Amino acid sequence: MKRSWYATPYALWMLLFAVVPLLFVCWYAFTTPDGAFTLANFQEFAKPRYMGVILRSLKLALYCTVLCLLIGYPTAYFLAGRGFNHAQSLVVLILLPMWMNLLLRTYAMMTLLDDNGVLNAALTAIGLGKVNVIGTEGAVLMGLVYNYLPFMVLPIYTVLKKMDYSVIEAAEDLGCNPLRVITRVVIPMSVPGIVSGVTMVFMPAVTSFAISTLLSNGKIRLAGDLIDYIFNQSSNPNRWNIGSSFSLIMLVLILLSIGFLRKVDPDNEGGGMW
Amino acid sequence: MVRNTRAVKTVRTIWITLLMLFLYAPILIMIALSFNASVSRSQWTGFTLEWYVKLFNDPAILGALKTTIEVAVVATIISTIIGTLGAIGMHAMNTGMANMLTNVSYLPMTTPDIVTGVSLMLMYLFCHVPLGKWTMIFAHIAFDIPYVLFSVMPKLRQMNPNLYEAALDLGCKPIKALWKVIIPEITPGIFTGWLLAFTMSLDDFVISYFTSSDMYPNLSRIVYSSTKLGVKPTMYALSTLMFATILILLVLVNKRTKLENLG
Repeated sequence: MKRSWYATPYALWMLLFAVVPLLFVCWYAFTTPDGAFTLANFQEFAKPRYMGVILRSLKLALYCTVLCLLIGYPTAYFLAGRGFNHAQSLVVLILLPMWMNLLLRTYAMMTLLDDNGVLNAALTAIGLGKVNVIGTEGAVLMGLVYNYLPFMVLPIYTVLKKMDYSVIEAAEDLGCNPLRVITRVVIPMSVPGIVSGVTMVFMPAVTSFAISTLLSNGKIRLAGDLIDYIFNQSSNPNRWNIGSSFSLIMLVLILLSIGFLRKVDPDNEGGGMW
Repeated sequence: MVRNTRAVKTVRTIWITLLMLFLYAPILIMIALSFNASVSRSQWTGFTLEWYVKLFNDPAILGALKTTIEVAVVATIISTIIGTLGAIGMHAMNTGMANMLTNVSYLPMTTPDIVTGVSLMLMYLFCHVPLGKWTMIFAHIAFDIPYVLFSVMPKLRQMNPNLYEAALDLGCKPIKALWKVIIPEITPGIFTGWLLAFTMSLDDFVISYFTSSDMYPNLSRIVYSSTKLGVKPTMYALSTLMFATILILLVLVNKRTKLENLG
């Protein structure tokens, strides 16, 4: 038996449980419950209540990405900086949450922000009144940033860490002030990391599921929650088809953005996970 | 990076401290609340282990714990075998074919979890397979395999290719050469892959949610459904234990391979 045949179970398993299921999504997305070809499932998007969810997902994902970049860039910059002894263990600490259950972390956030939660207890204790955070877009946004921030830090940190310090020293020796070193040398050289980070935050944020349901008591739905909601509409005979068409659009969006990422950063310098 | 003046250092310390606070305060508060005698989250009335005792006397949670561990163990064993054999096979192939097969592994890593979950659910429903433990296990195997593959592949590339040939030339049967020569060389990679797959399996929520049913819930599913009924301290205890387990596993993985280099 040739050694290459050992890959057969792998190929079969991935075909059956990774490729074929996606074909089912495509099939359902383009058919009616009777199996006839249709494009009507995609028109459901145009309905205001669905369109509203999509637009809100895009908006919150965009805010989340901007916030993650504003918080994540300086973080990555400091971690990659010269003479920072604790960097290695701090990097691990900052990246660890990335691998931890999103549900548990959101649940922790919920404990903090809840109407009767820790934040309000603290505010009451120091004499400020209660604030209503849960249920607002602000709470959802905070949950998104909390969950996806490490995905922004990692690629920027990787790029900055690999950067050639002699270029910076050259700029300094030639009389560049620190601010100009950052804006003219460091940031332009870290563009691949920024692009990776933006993609790695924006994409899961758009398709996020459960985060906004938990942090808004089910009042605010994002695209991922919408897919779940549609699949659970037991009274709707088209639910699998409409749900599939939404899933397919999400998938195409992601693939397009990965294509874009590969184009901007062909050598994967940003160390993107994709 | 610009030279470290005292001002830069101060800003750096404040920034990193605030960030760590943001990332870890919610988790630490939840851990603290799991030991709080009061059900209320706004006051601390003393230390208790009551919620942990309740947790381990709750048949629903014990059942979910059993399901979670069973799924993780079975999925990890199968995916380690399939992934390791896959890596060995692909290593022996010509590059074109191997690249194509490797790209298939990027699929579950790239696809948003919710789409992966929904797609598997559709396939199961279409084939009239009732959702339960095994549907969850098969789904876990599919997303675990890439982690094993990408942990074993580098070890194979580092190996001296002549060793295997030498074993064959000296009269070893291919199977025996695989077992005696290749497997011992790549064992560290297999172990890393196994550990990662186990962690990912324990940690998963979204894919499990779509491929399981309330008949056989795993722990994440229990936490998720309990949030709809308001917050319970037993859930804090459960979350604390899950956090601790995953943290320990991640630290172990990080010792073997840098987390930041993982795909």
